[in-house]
Amino acid sequence: MAQIIVKNIRKEFGAFTAVQSSSFTIEDGEFFMLLGPSGCGKTTTLRMIAGLELPTSGEIFINGEEVSQKPASQRDIAFVFQMFALYPHMNVRKNISYPLVSQGMPRDQVRAKVAEVAQILGITDILDKPVGGLSGGDRQRVALGRAIVRDPACFLMDEPLGALDAEFRERMAEELRALHDRMGATTVYVTHDQLEAMQMGDKIVVMNHGVVEQFGRPQDIYDWPATTFVARFIGSPAMNLLSFDGMVGHGTSSVTLGEAAIDIPPMIGGADGRLTLGVRPEHVHLDDAAAFRARILAAEYLGTTQIVTLDSAHGQIKARIGSHVPVRIGDTTGLRFDARSISLFAASGHALISEANQKVLSHG
Amino acid sequence: MSSYSITEPSVRQKWIAGILVVGYAILTLIPLIWIIATGFKTPSDAIAYPPKVLFSPSLEGYVNLFTSRTRLAPEDLAALGEPTTWYDRIVRGYDMVITGPSRYGERFMNSVVIGFGSTFLSVFLGTIAAYAFSRFKVPLKDDLLFFILSTRMMPPIAVAIPIFLMYRELGLNDTQLGMILLYTAVNLSLSVWLLKGFIDEIPVEYEEAALIDGYTRFQAFYKVVLPQAATGIASTAIFCLIFAWNEYAFAALLTSGTAQTAPPFIPTIIGAGGKDWPAVAAGATLFLVPIMVFTILLRKHLLRGITFGAVRK
Ligand SMILES: Nc1ncnc2c1ncn2[C@@H]1O[C@H](COP(=O)(O)OP(=O)(O)OP(=O)(O)O)[C@@H](O)[C@H]1O
Ligand SMILES: [Mg+2]
Repeated sequence: MAQIIVKNIRKEFGAFTAVQSSSFTIEDGEFFMLLGPSGCGKTTTLRMIAGLELPTSGEIFINGEEVSQKPASQRDIAFVFQMFALYPHMNVRKNISYPLVSQGMPRDQVRAKVAEVAQILGITDILDKPVGGLSGGDRQRVALGRAIVRDPACFLMDEPLGALDAEFRERMAEELRALHDRMGATTVYVTHDQLEAMQMGDKIVVMNHGVVEQFGRPQDIYDWPATTFVARFIGSPAMNLLSFDGMVGHGTSSVTLGEAAIDIPPMIGGADGRLTLGVRPEHVHLDDAAAFRARILAAEYLGTTQIVTLDSAHGQIKARIGSHVPVRIGDTTGLRFDARSISLFAASGHALISEANQKVLSHG
Repeated sequence: MSSYSITEPSVRQKWIAGILVVGYAILTLIPLIWIIATGFKTPSDAIAYPPKVLFSPSLEGYVNLFTSRTRLAPEDLAALGEPTTWYDRIVRGYDMVITGPSRYGERFMNSVVIGFGSTFLSVFLGTIAAYAFSRFKVPLKDDLLFFILSTRMMPPIAVAIPIFLMYRELGLNDTQLGMILLYTAVNLSLSVWLLKGFIDEIPVEYEEAALIDGYTRFQAFYKVVLPQAATGIASTAIFCLIFAWNEYAFAALLTSGTAQTAPPFIPTIIGAGGKDWPAVAAGATLFLVPIMVFTILLRKHLLRGITFGAVRK
């Protein structure tokens, strides 16, 4: 059981900076997601927590102890590799018992422990098989078995479902989450799949180009993205981003896009120049009376809802509305936004603090 | 997977392939069979023309190989009485007696010590060097690897004279140690390059997993990398041994007495009369045995692809 604090860690490979000054805190027992597009430094961050890579600078605390320069074997962590990395010259039982043998545990105790883990994972019947012939799912379970057999302080998993096919991923994801809930061990999980992160995680760190863009609970990140990158990366379809020229200051509660005045949550921060208004598709409503005009380009039917794509003077907008609402392609209509759920971003891409998002963004 | 033809070859195709393979095997085996057969001929059968394919086997070649003999006058021979052993009897047929063992045994042992010693050293040094080149940041890595390879770019014998002079100064002439070091130096570039290829193929994740599982770097190397490099180590060892075992030129130049290996010794068996081909053939036949045994012992490793399927790519 462990709390992990990552403080300003930075990793350079020669002239290339893979991770720039990242900080976040993983509480004891959390299922923590490291989320970001390919190449953003997720694996590098995880490997630094594991001790497989030493940070160029910064600190990592596991249970209050600074470990950033300690070898992996002394950190009491388990790592599940994307490619599983099962020892090919050993059978399933040997693979799972390997970490215990290194601790010098007596043989009958090892046997009992392996049997227990195999029971939990449902792999008792394949214990004496070589790992070479196993299916992807079984390999995944063996890799997990090797991780949990030691009761480590925390689990680090690098896209553990990445090598599985789509159908199986979902099932393993559920198994993983259930396993975590049962064992309650801190888990750090790397993924580039925002849906997976939202579904499984207690907390999420969103990274881009080696920078932590946002850190928080999935719901908070979804509702109040800290940057336009997060707004675009999370949610499908992504948040609508409409750029406009304007000025906001403390207490501003409305902005003007073209002719239309749009109500926004009362602002606390201020900015001027090129601004961006962000609104989630489910907070966009078709309303002929509204001043903000857009032309319907397409409608995608999704059962109870539909995604309507519209073209406005400020860019394309997607709206998620009930599928009972009739839409005619080519028509021009008005759009109304839920005032309480709107975010504003400065030209730098950072969200402006409003009364609505201040709670999420000020401590994030 | 690209598309492979999975149609079973027809019976006729199999026959043709079989005949080709067997024919080629026989062709390449003829010299070998000839040598083995000659070892069991008498000297006169060995040089008979047309060559004798069918002959009555004799152990004369082997007796001559392992003994030194001297010719005696008939009256001295008579004074010795009846020959007591089967090999005495063979030698008596030529009016000779056995005076002691020949040098062949010693030369053979020299070959064993030098061949296996240098193979062990080449593979041992090659493995740790290849591991370092494969896994660590080595300054000037590419240049060093090229330099190691470049030692193979001229025939080693081109530097025979400098090595001869150097060895004379160092007192390494005609010593087993000198020959072991020399063959190791020649084989090392091959072994580093071959083994680096094999170790590169082993995913680092295995070692990282072992490190996380609580093993030291050396334990990870020893328990995880080595077993998986077994195939590469075995094939490298065979290549190194074949070179060291068969090497003639350096051995002829640098060894003459105590450390002489079998290859330069075997031709000298033929003796002053130039007639003793069966003994030469017997020496060559026995000389083939260790390397064949070694290869057969390691064959299992050569054929087994042990990393197959353990990592999903
Ligand atoms: N050992 C290394 N030497 C040099 N560059 C590296 C090294 N390891 C990673 N990088 C670089 O650092 C960047 C971040 O890599 P990292 O593997 O952390 O990305 P990632 O977020 O895990 O991506 P993916 O989703 O593709 O796994 C990449 O541009 C990668 O090329
Ligand atoms: Mg990665």
